[in-house]
Amino acid sequence: MEKVFYMDNAAATRLDEKVLEAMRPFYFESYSVATSEFGYSLGLEAREAMEDARGRLARYLGADMDEFIFTSGSAESSNLAVKGVAKALGSKKGRHIIVSKIEDFPVLYSARTLEKEGFKVDYLEVDEFGFVNIDNLEKLITAETILVSIQHGNQEIGTIQDIKRIGALCYKKGVLFHTDATHTFTRVPLDVREMNVDLISVSAHTIHGPKGIGGLYIRKKTPIAKLMDGGFQEFDLRAGMDNIPGAVGFAKAVELVTDEENTRLAAMRNKIIEEVFEKIPDVILNGDAVKRIPQNANITFHYVEGESITLHLDMYGIAVSTGSACFSRSLEASHVIAGIGGDHERAHGSIRFTLGRFNTMDEVTFVVENLAKIVENLRKISPLGKG
Amino acid sequence: MASPYNDIVLEHFKNPRNTGKIEDADGKATEGSPACGDMVSLYLKVDPETKIITDIKFESYGCASNIATGSIITELAKGKTIDEAKKITWKEASEALGGLPKIKTHCSVLAVEVLRSAIQNYEEKHGLVINKEDTTEEIVRARLKKVMNPIKGLDMVATHLVKEIVIKDGNVRIVLDLPENHQFANAIKEDAIEKIESLWDIDKVTVEFTD
Repeated sequence: MEKVFYMDNAAATRLDEKVLEAMRPFYFESYSVATSEFGYSLGLEAREAMEDARGRLARYLGADMDEFIFTSGSAESSNLAVKGVAKALGSKKGRHIIVSKIEDFPVLYSARTLEKEGFKVDYLEVDEFGFVNIDNLEKLITAETILVSIQHGNQEIGTIQDIKRIGALCYKKGVLFHTDATHTFTRVPLDVREMNVDLISVSAHTIHGPKGIGGLYIRKKTPIAKLMDGGFQEFDLRAGMDNIPGAVGFAKAVELVTDEENTRLAAMRNKIIEEVFEKIPDVILNGDAVKRIPQNANITFHYVEGESITLHLDMYGIAVSTGSACFSRSLEASHVIAGIGGDHERAHGSIRFTLGRFNTMDEVTFVVENLAKIVENLRKISPLGKG
Repeated sequence: MASPYNDIVLEHFKNPRNTGKIEDADGKATEGSPACGDMVSLYLKVDPETKIITDIKFESYGCASNIATGSIITELAKGKTIDEAKKITWKEASEALGGLPKIKTHCSVLAVEVLRSAIQNYEEKHGLVINKEDTTEEIVRARLKKVMNPIKGLDMVATHLVKEIVIKDGNVRIVLDLPENHQFANAIKEDAIEKIESLWDIDKVTVEFTD
């Protein structure tokens, strides 16, 4: 295969080989299920590895071991958090939940499903940078409110919410607080005690870990009902085959992320933004310039459409994504760009670059240089922006 | 997995034919809008004697299939008479490209529409309209639906910009709910005038603004 310039790390990342090495024994040696403490040796080894991984992930979030369950990824985690709390509290406390308007689909569509089941859902507005207004959130909370679900960092525009203040507000109001940390876990500090979060969705696929494994932090005594019936795995909160290699790989992936790497990602992100603004006129940065996850840059190129840009970039081996409707199977433009008040043209012309461990500064230069040519050529044939 | 686009589509996308603007076009039209993420402008030069399309250019704001269908439609229409060009169907355009993904069919429809609109614009400007019905408020409104309101990304009728339409003795007066000094005021005004003034029984179009 030709050289690939992969900058869609928010969607999926290349597995780190060290992660694969850590996982390997649990496919070929200790490959059994995790048995109870009275089981056979192989199962005990598997169990020990799984619990060791759980402990390390829990500690990373400042939590105890029995507060972290493994899932198939953050989509499942968010489904369990939102629907599971609704199922546990819907008939006891109330039937009102609040989510931000720019949540990723697992939270957003879980909320919509609950709405169809008779729950009342408020979709909290965000400002032009993607921040929720915490005073507005406070006004929406009623005695009926059972859950607030507001993401930590946005999947498209990278805006980081003030989780500590939202957590403090929810604590004061006695409302459970879930945050989807898929795009911030290990990249932006998150501590459950300090920030008072009750539920956190995380995933390995965004940090060079294996696909198909994620987790949900659930604070002790949080009322939550199981969605997947079957066995009694994961403290009886999720039936299903233990993904032991996945769990081990997830813990290893977390261990491999360093502060230095996050600083390097932020430097590459800044370089993308600076060079694009220097080389290409009529662009806007989507999201906040400062409170932004280190691996994300999202820029709208006026007068051109995102699918055309991504297809041209693909011819150079460059992989990025766009908020354009044409790019999607549904032909719907990004709800995040719409949420921050952007019009359709802003969504159609938006390109998201998400960086990872294997990107380099040279790649950034290559990408921006080609992007500048592509945008210039597409603008030449565009009827917009010439007036 | 292979690209959803075949090689012909990709080739037209990479090297679109007949792109740009014709400044002294005999007929022109724009279809689609930035809101849909699809917009094509088309310009024609027509031989007054033979009615053959001697030159044709297009501009595209849109995805790969939008660019490719714009390109192919100019190739199909060039050298044809306007009556022949009017009969080109979206299926022919799509077939000439070796087929488009189903979800992108609307792009070929748009390309055909813009060609027909540009021909209609030519016919109106050159007194070739056969079916001469009197211009009504409905006709003016339908045409203004093709004028973009860049503030909203939707057309000016849908976004309630049109406050009043008065038609009298070949004069059309349009009042827009927009301050005159708005950054888009002039662009919308010019676009609106262009769409209306080609109507056969209209001599003058004036656009006014509230405040």
